Amino acid sequence: MLAAWFLGGANARLSLNPVDLIIIVLYFALVLGLGFYLRRFTNTGEEFFMAGREMTAWIAGLSFISANLGSLEMMGYAAATYQYGILVGHAYWIGAIPAILFLSLVMMPFYYICKTHSVPGYLKLRYGEGARSLSAISFAVMTILMSGINMYSMAVIMKVILGWDIHFSIWVSSLTVAVYVMAGGLLSAIFNEVLQFFLIWIGCLVIPVVGLIETGGWTGMVHRIQTNFPGQDFIHMWRTTGSFTGNPMGVHWTGIVFGWGLAISFGYWTTDFLVVQRVMAAKDLRSAQLGTVIGAFFKMMVPFIVILPGLLALAVLPFHLVPESQGGLPNVHTYNEALPLMLARYCGPGLLGLGVTALVAGFMSGMAGNVTAFTTVWTYDIYKPFIRKDAADSHYVSMGRWCSLLGVFVSIGTAYLVMNFSSIIVYAQAVFVFFIVPMFGTVILGMLWKRTTPAAGFWGLLAGILTSFALWIWVKMDPNALRHVAFSEHAKDMAENVYRAMWSLIVNVVVTVAVSLFTKPKPEHELKGLVYGLTELAPEGHFPLFRRPITWAAAVAVGFVLLNVLFW
Amino acid sequence: MGKHSIPIWFFIGSLLTIYGVLILGSGIYGLFVPASNPVAMSHLHIGIWWGAGMFLLGLVYVIRYRPNRKDM
Repeated sequence: MLAAWFLGGANARLSLNPVDLIIIVLYFALVLGLGFYLRRFTNTGEEFFMAGREMTAWIAGLSFISANLGSLEMMGYAAATYQYGILVGHAYWIGAIPAILFLSLVMMPFYYICKTHSVPGYLKLRYGEGARSLSAISFAVMTILMSGINMYSMAVIMKVILGWDIHFSIWVSSLTVAVYVMAGGLLSAIFNEVLQFFLIWIGCLVIPVVGLIETGGWTGMVHRIQTNFPGQDFIHMWRTTGSFTGNPMGVHWTGIVFGWGLAISFGYWTTDFLVVQRVMAAKDLRSAQLGTVIGAFFKMMVPFIVILPGLLALAVLPFHLVPESQGGLPNVHTYNEALPLMLARYCGPGLLGLGVTALVAGFMSGMAGNVTAFTTVWTYDIYKPFIRKDAADSHYVSMGRWCSLLGVFVSIGTAYLVMNFSSIIVYAQAVFVFFIVPMFGTVILGMLWKRTTPAAGFWGLLAGILTSFALWIWVKMDPNALRHVAFSEHAKDMAENVYRAMWSLIVNVVVTVAVSLFTKPKPEHELKGLVYGLTELAPEGHFPLFRRPITWAAAVAVGFVLLNVLFW
Repeated sequence: MGKHSIPIWFFIGSLLTIYGVLILGSGIYGLFVPASNPVAMSHLHIGIWWGAGMFLLGLVYVIRYRPNRKDM
C-alpha cells in the first residue's frame, strides 16, 4: 500500500519506477537514522537549541542556505521565471547578496558576541521586554502558520505531480521532520540540512546541464525563447526596468533596488531567525561570518538550478504554460509545473527519483528550519520569561523536544485549516513579509546608534507592522490605491509587495528616530556587546588574508557585480 | 557534538555512493533495455554519467571522512 502511494496515481504528471522509490525511501531512512544517532549529543539547552555552538563555517553556511532553499520556493521561482523571465533572478542577487554580506560583516558580531539564543533575545538585551515580546509572539505565530501553509501547498503539488494522497504527504513528511528535530534539536536539523543541500543541488542540476546541451548553449536557448515568444524580453535583468510598463513584472528599478534589495531582502536575511539561527550556532565569530559568506556564494548560484530551468522551459516545452486560474484540465499545464515538467523531460529512472527526493528534501529542510526556530523562540522568549522563569536546564530541553512535536502538530492543523479556507494563504504571506521588514529597521538602528531608546525600539517596530497592515488593507479595499503605494496602477503582486515593504521600513525608521530623540536612552554600560562603538571586536590582523571573512565577502561582491553586468 | 562523533560528510558520502550505484545501474540497464517512452536527450545516457559522478564523489567523501576506529 505504501509503495502504491509513492508510485502515484494514473493522473500523475510523473510516474516513478521501483528504483526511484528505493532512492526516496533510503532518504527517509537516513534522515531518521541521523536524528536518532544525534540524540546522544543533545542533552543540554545549549546543545539542543544552539547545536552546542560548535558548527564549522562550512556546516553553518550550507545549513544557512539550505534552510532557505525550500522546494516551494524552487518551484515557485521556476514558475515565476516562466511568467516574468530572468527578472525574477533579482530575488537571488540584489534581493539577497548585499543583505547576506551585510549580515556577515556588520550584524553578526553583535548577534554572536552577546551570546543570545535568538533575534528576539537580542531585542530583549537591547531594548527590553516590550520589543522582545512583540517580535517573539509575532514570529512564533507566523512561523508555525507559514510552516502549515507550506506543508499544504507542497502536498497539493505532490498530488498534482506524483499523484500522492494529500493526507499521506502531509503526515509522512511532517512526522519525519518532527521525529528527527525532536530527537536531535538544532544539531539534527543542521546536519540534515547539509545532507539536503547536496541532494537539492545534485538532483536539480541535471536540468540546466542537459537543457543547455539540448538548446546548444545560452545563445541557442535565447534564440528559441525569442522564436517561441516573439516581442517579449525574458532575458535581461535591468535593461527593461527603466519604466513600469517595459517589463512583464510591472516594476521600476527603484522598486527593485529600494524595496526588494533594501527593505525585503535586509529584513528577511538579517532578522529572520529561521536562517540567522544556523550561523549563530557556529563555533566562533569568524566561522559564523565565514559561514554566512559561504551561504551568500551558494545563494548567488541558486539561479542556475531554479531560474535557468524556468528559462529552458520557455525554450524547449512544446506547449505554453498557463496561470493557475486556467489550470485543471487534462492536457493543460500551469506555471507551477515548470520545474516538475523539466524534471520529467530529462530524467529517466533513478534520476527522477533523485529529482523528487531533492524536492522532498527542500520541503523538509524548510520545515525543520521553521520548527527549530519556533521551538527556540517559544522556549527562550515566551515560555521562560512569561510562564516558568527559573526551571532547570533539563526542563527547558524537555520543553524544546515536546515543543518540536507540538509545533509540527500545529502546522498540520494549519495545513488542514488552509485546506478548507484557502484565502488564508494570501493573508498569512502578506503578514509574514511585512512583519519581517520593520524588524530590520529596529535591529539595525539598535546595533548602530546607541541613542536608540527602549521605547523607540517598541514603538518603531509596532508602527512599521501597522503601516504594512494598513497599506495592504488599503489596496485590498480600494485597488486604485495601488498607484499611490506602488507608484503605478500597472504594478503586479510582486511589485506591489516591494513598494509596500519600502514604506513600512521608512515609517519604522522615522518613528524609531523620532521617539529616540524624545525619550531616555539606556546607559552606555548596559549596551556593551550590543551596539557599535561600545563592543570590542577581536582583531583579525593575525589571520592570513584568505582566512578572513572580509576577503571572501569581497570576492562574492565582485561575483555579484559581474553577474549583474553579464545579464544586464 | 563530541570529537568522537561520525562526521556529517561521511553520511553524505555514503548516501551519494549508494545513489550513484543505483542511478548508474539503472542507466546501464537502460542501455540494454531501452524505455518505451524515452526522455528527451536520452541518447546522452545522462543517468550513466550522473550516477558515475555521484558514485565517485560519494566514495571520495566516504574515504576522506570515514570514522577513525581508534577513536570509536
